[in-house]
Amino acid sequence: MTTTTHEDHNEEDHHDHKPQGFLNRWVYSTNHKDIGTLYLVFALLMFFIGGAMAMIIRAELFMPGMQLVQPEFFNQMTTVHALVMVFGAVMPAFVGFANWMIPLMIGAPDMALPRMNNWSFWILPFAFTMLVSTLFMDGGAPAGGWTLYPPLVLQTGDSFIFAMFAIHMLGISSIMGAINVIATILNMRAPGMTLLRMPLFVWTWLITAFLLIAVMPVLAGAVTMLITDRFFLTSFFNAAGGGDPVLFQHIFWFFGHPEVYIMILPAFGIISEIIPTFARKPLFGYTSMVYATASIAFLSFIVWAHHMFTVGMPLGAEIYFMLATMMISIPTGVKVFNWIATMWRGSMTFETPMLFALGFVVLFTIGGFSGLMLAIVPADFQYHDTYFVVAHFHYVLVTGSVFALMAGTYYWLPKWTGHMYNERLGKWHFWLSVVFVNVLFFPQHYLGLAGMPRRIPDYSPQFADFNMLSSIGGFAFGLTQLMFVYIVWKCARGGETATAQVWEGAKGLEWTVPSPAPFHTFETPPKIDDSVVAHGDHM
Amino acid sequence: MSDSKDIYYIPHGTKWPIVGSIGMFLLMVGASNWLNGSDSAQYMLYAGLLILIFMMFGWFGLVIRESQQGMYNAQVDVSFRMGMVWFIFSEVMFFAVFFGVLLYTRMLVMPWLGGEGVGIATGQYLWSGFEAVWPNNGPANLGGDFDIIPAFDVPLLNTLILLTSGFTLTMAHWALNKGNQRKLVMWMVATVLLGIAFLFYQVEEYIHAYTELGLTMGSGIYGSTFFMLTGFHGFHVTLGTIMLIVIAVRCAKGHFSKENHFAFEGVAWYWHFVDVVWLALFVFVYVV
Repeated sequence: MTTTTHEDHNEEDHHDHKPQGFLNRWVYSTNHKDIGTLYLVFALLMFFIGGAMAMIIRAELFMPGMQLVQPEFFNQMTTVHALVMVFGAVMPAFVGFANWMIPLMIGAPDMALPRMNNWSFWILPFAFTMLVSTLFMDGGAPAGGWTLYPPLVLQTGDSFIFAMFAIHMLGISSIMGAINVIATILNMRAPGMTLLRMPLFVWTWLITAFLLIAVMPVLAGAVTMLITDRFFLTSFFNAAGGGDPVLFQHIFWFFGHPEVYIMILPAFGIISEIIPTFARKPLFGYTSMVYATASIAFLSFIVWAHHMFTVGMPLGAEIYFMLATMMISIPTGVKVFNWIATMWRGSMTFETPMLFALGFVVLFTIGGFSGLMLAIVPADFQYHDTYFVVAHFHYVLVTGSVFALMAGTYYWLPKWTGHMYNERLGKWHFWLSVVFVNVLFFPQHYLGLAGMPRRIPDYSPQFADFNMLSSIGGFAFGLTQLMFVYIVWKCARGGETATAQVWEGAKGLEWTVPSPAPFHTFETPPKIDDSVVAHGDHM
Repeated sequence: MSDSKDIYYIPHGTKWPIVGSIGMFLLMVGASNWLNGSDSAQYMLYAGLLILIFMMFGWFGLVIRESQQGMYNAQVDVSFRMGMVWFIFSEVMFFAVFFGVLLYTRMLVMPWLGGEGVGIATGQYLWSGFEAVWPNNGPANLGGDFDIIPAFDVPLLNTLILLTSGFTLTMAHWALNKGNQRKLVMWMVATVLLGIAFLFYQVEEYIHAYTELGLTMGSGIYGSTFFMLTGFHGFHVTLGTIMLIVIAVRCAKGHFSKENHFAFEGVAWYWHFVDVVWLALFVFVYVV
């Protein structure tokens, strides 16, 4: 495989000084493209590990009654599935995109701090070794839910402290990665790449990086207090000592709500790159997209307690958090409107990236609407901790974040590998995914509205039909993702040669370099020409 | 230092990040097993710590050598500065959590436990005799009776020490900008000594609290917040002092010039940040 790709390279790129040997190339790397690839491959691996856990959950829930696993193990699956998917799959995947695309999009030769970039990645495999190893410990993995609420989480066995330190390591990695992204965007732009000419993916990542630096330390503080409460006699979350377990929930969700936007803002960025390309029109309302992203980020800091409406807060707090939460739908609505307006009277084609982007717009919006329902305090009293919540956040995370990741992968894969992927298989992947993901998650809305609680391995017989349907969708969706691996693998090994621009309507600096992008790009800053820039004041 | 923006600088690869990851991994796994009751695991922790220290010497040493060889241009300097500023911002958010905890427990949890507002049932049925006054170790009187450290005693002295160290550090910066090597080193040594003096008094206070006042980490929410805030601050002062020592040595070696002294400034920013955190601590933990 390597011989053919190497020959292809040499045609276009004579300065291709790839370090020799595995250690030099991958482990000591300071190259944003290689580190980006490491992030993406790692995220894909974690996606399947977390996915396997989801399969176990859906298998147990296939029928009422206990059939496959013990309740304790079921709880471990829900907990570790969430931790792996959030911190191991979705976040590293977006960082992989940031690594690959931000320098290419702003005309920089690499990330601002390439060695720290390497460290940000190479902490992850060690952290997840710690986290996943807890499955094999006495008492098993953490089983109190990924939200780590005390006092329950403090009753975890030996695995408690391993999980806590793993989270600390992930936090260190995320903060360093985010610092790198900010320094890159603010300091490494080619002359002429003004802030309001940056591709929207770069903008969304700039704001995401700010969110990461602001809230990962908050999670670290919360985790530290859990550790001292468990091992060093403190009483932060113990009412007998004058503390309060609800305090943990406030701190966790002060981290947690910005965290969910950390997982969706870069997705907005990817979608905002793809739709203009395949609609062959500039993005509608570019600056309003930037302001909407910033508004969403700001609001994310002042809405956290909508995750805890039923915990017993004063009425004034409930009303405030309800109204503040509903305000988020305004900037989010601006975004959805702009995406649709971009397509309006465009000359559209429907290649796989566009299909996933359209799936994103429709299905993410459904997730947004169910979020709006959950924001209503009296309604939330009914929905809280039911499958309605599970359906909601899987619509925004799977058909939102993960669909955007798929879309982005198909969109930039020719740039990364120099080959076109198999379009027919890509379309099959999309249609199977979009059908089965709805079979998987849509029935969960009804289960939740009917009162089925989340995180419980058994259920009352009236929930049987929808659960079986959901499980069938889950297995099929999981199997479908094997196609994705196959398509990416085939594309990396060979296929129709991709042109530099790849897509007819594609604009932006990343399409001015050859495909595959040479090992080093933009060693001298490119001339920024209005005709290649995707967005900006000149439009 | 070249000010050309036309030629970018990309550092070559290095083993230090992966060495750091291995060190961190051993440290964390060792600490986990130790906390879970395996005494021999502490040696794994020490091994990890040693590897991390080795990594820092190696990595910082490499960067210092490259900097001395003039490999970094103005753009790299700005990247370093941004990195430091945003790192300090992350530290601000970390301390903000514990200040938030202090305010939340004092302003909300205490009254609720005492039976106000939504805590009315708690006050009536669960802990009816509980008096919500600060300092407090909770309705269960966890850790037993204790006394607190008065603000206008050693803490005030420590406040003056840290404020003075901020002044001496600024004097060092002036001396650096004027190219006065002798005064630069003198003021740096003074700053380091003040940092060490602060730590000395802080340790004295902790011993006093544990042995005579009955104030420990187990003294309910007061002990928890007191030791978490002052403890993490003391840890940061320790790190800052070590950083200052390194910078003082580099000053003595003549590493810095008026135009090129990011490392000095980065550490100075960090030290001022630690200083400001202490001022907030002094007000909210000791005085109020």
